[in-house]
Amino acid sequence: MNRNKVTIDGNEAAAYTAFHTNEVIAIYPITPSSNMGEHCDAWSAVGKKNIWGLIPTVSELQSEGGASGSVHGALQSGALTTTFTASQGLLLMIPNMFKIAGELTSTVFHVSARSVAAHALSIFGDHSDVMATRQTGFALIASNNPQEVMDFALIAQAATLNSRIPFLHFFDGFRTSHEVMKIEELTADDMHAMIDDELVIAHRNRALTPDKPVLRGTAQNPDVFFQGRETVNPYYIACPEIVQQQMDKFAKLVGRQYKLFDYVGAKDAEKVIIMMGSGASAAEETVEYLAAKGEKVGLVKVRLYRPFSIDHFINALPQSVKSISVLDRTKEPGAPGEPLYMDVVNSISEKLVTGELKFNYPKIIGGRYGLSSKEFTPAMLKAVLDNLDNEKPKNHFTVGIKEDVTNTSLDFDPTFSVEADETFRGKFYGLGADGTVGANKNSIKIIGEGTDYNAQGYFVYDSKKSGSMTISHLRFGPKTIKSTYLINTANFIACHQQVFLEKLDMLKEAIEGATFLLNTKISKDKVWDSLPEKVQKDLIERKMKFYIIDAYKVANETGMGARINTIMQTCFFAISNIFPKEEAIELIKDSIKKTYGAKGDKIVQMNFDAVDQTLANLFEVEMPNQVTSKIQLQPPVSGNAPDFVKEVTAKIIAGEGDDIPVSKFPVDGTFPLSTTKWEKRNIALEVPVWDPEVCIQCNKCVMVCPHATIRAKVYDEKLLKDVPETFKHTKFKAKDYGDGMVYSLQVAVEDCTGCELCVDVCPAKNKKETRLKAINMSEQVPLRDKERENWEFFLSIPEIDRREINVTKVKDSQFLEPLFEFSGACSGCGETPYVKLVSQLFGDRTIIANATGCSSIYGGNLPTTPWATDKNGRGPTWSNSLFEDNAEFGFGFRLAIDKHNSQAKDLLQKYSNEIGGDLVNALLSSAQKDEAEIYEQREKVEALKKKLNDLLKSASNGNASELNHLLSMADYLVKKSVWIMGGDGWAYDIGYGGLDHVLASGSNVNVLVLDTEVYSNTGGQCSKATPRGAVAKFAAAGKPSAKKDLGLMAMSYGNVYVAKIAMGANDQHTLRAFLEAEAYDGPSLIIAYSHCIAHGINMAKGMKNQKAAVDSGYWQLYRFNPDLAEEGKNPFKLDSKGLKMPLKDYAYMETRYKMLTKSHPKIADKLIIEAQEDVTNKWKEYERLASWEPEKSEE
Amino acid sequence: MDLSTDYLGLKLKSPIVPSAGPISQEISNIKQMEDAGAGAVVLYSLFEEQLEHESLELHHHTEVSMDSYAEATSYFPEPFEYKLGPEEYLEHIKKAKEAVDIPIIASLNGKSLGGWIDYSKQIEQAGADALELNIYFMATDIDQKSEELEKKYAHIVKRVCSEIKIPIAVKMHPFFSSVAHMAKELNKAGANGLVLFNRFYQPDINLDTLEVEPNVILSTPFAMRLPLRWIAILYGRTNADLAATSGIYTETDVIKMVMAGAKVTQMLSCLLKFGIGHIAEVTSKIKMWMEEKEYESIKQMRGSMSYMNVDDPAKFERANYMKVLHSYK
Repeated sequence: MNRNKVTIDGNEAAAYTAFHTNEVIAIYPITPSSNMGEHCDAWSAVGKKNIWGLIPTVSELQSEGGASGSVHGALQSGALTTTFTASQGLLLMIPNMFKIAGELTSTVFHVSARSVAAHALSIFGDHSDVMATRQTGFALIASNNPQEVMDFALIAQAATLNSRIPFLHFFDGFRTSHEVMKIEELTADDMHAMIDDELVIAHRNRALTPDKPVLRGTAQNPDVFFQGRETVNPYYIACPEIVQQQMDKFAKLVGRQYKLFDYVGAKDAEKVIIMMGSGASAAEETVEYLAAKGEKVGLVKVRLYRPFSIDHFINALPQSVKSISVLDRTKEPGAPGEPLYMDVVNSISEKLVTGELKFNYPKIIGGRYGLSSKEFTPAMLKAVLDNLDNEKPKNHFTVGIKEDVTNTSLDFDPTFSVEADETFRGKFYGLGADGTVGANKNSIKIIGEGTDYNAQGYFVYDSKKSGSMTISHLRFGPKTIKSTYLINTANFIACHQQVFLEKLDMLKEAIEGATFLLNTKISKDKVWDSLPEKVQKDLIERKMKFYIIDAYKVANETGMGARINTIMQTCFFAISNIFPKEEAIELIKDSIKKTYGAKGDKIVQMNFDAVDQTLANLFEVEMPNQVTSKIQLQPPVSGNAPDFVKEVTAKIIAGEGDDIPVSKFPVDGTFPLSTTKWEKRNIALEVPVWDPEVCIQCNKCVMVCPHATIRAKVYDEKLLKDVPETFKHTKFKAKDYGDGMVYSLQVAVEDCTGCELCVDVCPAKNKKETRLKAINMSEQVPLRDKERENWEFFLSIPEIDRREINVTKVKDSQFLEPLFEFSGACSGCGETPYVKLVSQLFGDRTIIANATGCSSIYGGNLPTTPWATDKNGRGPTWSNSLFEDNAEFGFGFRLAIDKHNSQAKDLLQKYSNEIGGDLVNALLSSAQKDEAEIYEQREKVEALKKKLNDLLKSASNGNASELNHLLSMADYLVKKSVWIMGGDGWAYDIGYGGLDHVLASGSNVNVLVLDTEVYSNTGGQCSKATPRGAVAKFAAAGKPSAKKDLGLMAMSYGNVYVAKIAMGANDQHTLRAFLEAEAYDGPSLIIAYSHCIAHGINMAKGMKNQKAAVDSGYWQLYRFNPDLAEEGKNPFKLDSKGLKMPLKDYAYMETRYKMLTKSHPKIADKLIIEAQEDVTNKWKEYERLASWEPEKSEE
Repeated sequence: MDLSTDYLGLKLKSPIVPSAGPISQEISNIKQMEDAGAGAVVLYSLFEEQLEHESLELHHHTEVSMDSYAEATSYFPEPFEYKLGPEEYLEHIKKAKEAVDIPIIASLNGKSLGGWIDYSKQIEQAGADALELNIYFMATDIDQKSEELEKKYAHIVKRVCSEIKIPIAVKMHPFFSSVAHMAKELNKAGANGLVLFNRFYQPDINLDTLEVEPNVILSTPFAMRLPLRWIAILYGRTNADLAATSGIYTETDVIKMVMAGAKVTQMLSCLLKFGIGHIAEVTSKIKMWMEEKEYESIKQMRGSMSYMNVDDPAKFERANYMKVLHSYK
């Protein structure tokens, strides 16, 4: 049978089979599994059918716990049901997995295996999540590449119906889930042939139904629970053979034969590796290479890990085996060994004890590799095999890292390579926004589907959301590609952004005769002189070919803007000669039609024009045979950076994190603050330039700056000695800080992302040329050196004393030093201005619980953190626990802080005589209502500490202990501000139960909800904050229901301070809300409108969208302050004047609403009318609340 | 009293025709227009530039953030199909045709020649009775020669006329150096009718924000003097049917335009101001006036006050105040 060849990634392969063989799909987004749900949702939305001709129902839940509960329910009601998840999501499913397995219910969960958060969160792949489910009773089956993902998804589905054991089908997150590979697509007939309809009906017949009522899920006692638990034994015993039967059936049908344990390598192998997952492909490639050279090595690929069939395993081993090395992609601290190793030891031991072992007991060792998608290469596998040659091989080893603390790591030779010469290996360095990855995904499809070649694509992103670098790894060729690792010997390297050449040693991986393609604005006659010395050297010594294109010129001329994808793709095909030129162009154009056809002729034509114009602008550069350049690679951080930054952070920035040894890392995941300032990213093409003549000194630009790169200071003019030549300053217009003060507005041009929000909000216009404002964008490069000097000078100017600042005014509040700076958030981010404001107002006394999401990524993703300290070393202390528990996590902070505070107070009173009554009274009586009082309290605490230290010198043993305790808690006598932050996915959905509980507790915590109205971090999935009529993932036909009114729900408690704010609509209101929330001695909730890239808007105008949201009445500004109720006043104040414009005038400024008018126009018409009704009715409801007058109690 | 007229080869029961504008976006309004006695309806304009802009905008916002971050390789679901072309407008034509018996005249503003032709064909296929081409080029380039632009107008009309069979009117603006010659050229290129005149958005300056704010304000009755002059001048000197638009509020405005030579009079501002029922009121007053002045039909009065039929045509030519030039012959 001829089957389609498709070039897809592992997630799509899993989703394809799962969609075709299920009726109900319950999901919740989590990286790297989200795409499986998204594919299914998209297919369901367009009416794609499963193998029984039904459209599966796809439903998004509020958490993975919720998804698994619904899966359980749907299964118990007889539907073929599946879900997709990973990592913490899988952990949340565990309770239901026990139930599902305990009830012998057929299902397959598809898991893109990902690290479980421990000392840090990681989105990347290992088996720690899957291993945590070993106890549930689910069968665990592993696939190693996208083809196997599609195949095993089907085999697992067939096996679960046959065996009644539920299956967890897993594959490595990112390495397999996101690897694009040319595979053979199973047909509906294949799938139907594997799935026995009678078993489907049997599954359905076991459903709970009132027509045949039964009771399932009883509570049992010590007398019978145990026996009941043992009833399933026959099913588990039968399961492995059933899986093998399904594998055999599949082989007859499709031709690919799998075994429970697949052996590859020398028939007489003496050294055998045992492992599972994508790393097994790299191992297979290596073992085959070595075996071909006569080495007696082999590999057992574990397919069915649970139920673990000892017999099948033993039979898979060659009887010649003398030593075994088991590789686990997980870590179980404190265990005698990692799980697969333990299983292997146990299996061989059992067979030895029973006398069934047909070979001598081999040497068995185990080790860890590949945690969090750490590279696993043939070089590492070679080291693992070589280790077995030692008389006393290292056991419990690690490979792939330098573990220099307990010395577990194996050394390896990184130059060892087994890659086939005939396989093309290309690396492409691009910018996130330039379309490089998209182009390469397309190229792989073209090659995969247009030739007989095997093809593979893998894409690496950095952790920044703005100005991020992407590296695409493309392989194709006649041989099967098993290289599940990054390319480190390339015959084609493309640099799509010339600026990278000065940051990365890009050509070090080029083989002799390789080709280098550079996108540059510089002509072919002059480009040589612009290259760093190392690049010139590599080009000459490696005898490379060098091509250039000015892709931005072509993009500009053809209307492509900043997207150079099509142009660079055309260059690649033109140079690489995979196809004859004309054929390549035809294939690219066909692909353009497929990709963009739905978006209109103009888009297609624009891309066609780009293809046509590319060839005329592509040049081969003739190179001199001598290195002439003096340009050196830039150091990743300045020489002034602290040692940790230089030794660890800088290496991570430079892409050399893999080389950092274990000894350099903190043992508990604790990192220093203020590190983003060392990472000068220089990503803005244009930066704001201040015009003091026009400026009205309102500081609005400072407030909205998402990256804290534009700052204002007011200072004594005497400080202007030795000022840099181009440093700007002007007379301070107000007298608030005394006479003779000057004002400067300074931009950190190397940290600015060029978002232009500051320019957009600037209200001052040049009187002669109204196109100019008090800040205007200008090209960064010519300004860079001077402004670097100016920025350094600006930082040297002392901050104004916080006690002198009237923090209730926007203008003055922006003289407060931000302790959140230069984050990796999106350019123009709508969340970070609020986060930064918290750091300015309360940063020196703030402890932050941050829910997983965008804010935890731009706040805490290595290499650097934007959270910073002031000159006293104080600053926000920050942590991320989980996605779902953030409110409770922050609540725990409050409990501990209050406990420390009350203990300190008790001890103060107890030792009042020794410490001194006046000091104790002063410490206990301060209300700490403002900066001055907090300052004074800190002074008093310092006095207390001095006194305590004096007392400790002469204290008795009994007293010393308590005085030491008091000393350790003295700082808790100073007010601490607890902030609980996160996005709407956390607050409205997964964390709502906890949030609700914490708000109801009456505890003095401040909750900031950064409401982007979708799950932004995972790619814009619908949440309960998503408004009616907006399109989001899992709401492709527009969200049919209204946004949840979180504020109103919180207000119903009566004792929760609630504010709904939008900085772009009213910055003064925003400021007031933060101050009131923090001042309120109880729970506070601030719901902050955060414009977002997921809204599909011009981010430079994000604040205008906020204003429109408020003017339309959609986003009401209000404050509910329980303190007012205490004073006998209405606690609710409606602060905006809504309904000034129809909802659609706001909504259709945003792609999330507008695209529905183009995809589902009738639904869009209906939903926008309903959404307007929502707005009008909600407005009336709030007006009623605002007009309420409390009854006066009779005196 | 016979109010019927013919326009672009269509038989109309009245010369009153609502002109292109947002009011025709609702089918219920179109039905009301028929009920109030409108002779035909010109639908709101389909703007190729807007469709193109929307397509580019959607493409930009869905593409710009793709494949830049490991956790979010995109931010929007990818619909398998978009309706980015004129589907909505074509559907509207179909619905309007189903809803009323009076002729439906579509209105098109193209950007590219291909767009003018493609959209015209689709409009014809959707069932429009006629098509009004809303052509204008804002000549802001000081190197752009008027002759080149005039040729461009004529070329578009010629190409569209060669591709479709339904009658075509061209909505002209009054800023040609030679309006009369341009009218002749457009007619020669194939235009069956000329609509005089297009009114544009005009820029204003907001002194608070120091921003330019283009908008269109409702026409005032005085605005009708400009088309009145040119209809009177062109009547009988071109084969194209003449339609008047701008500032037509009352029965006397309609009558004056017809007397100047208009076959139909298009209204919009007054409908936005007074409601669609205004058509019925004006119709009724026209009848009363005709009865009083003993006119039998609209046709009878058409052109009676045109340049060629008045005793002192020079009055249509006068542009500035000067002492009245008495005839000395």
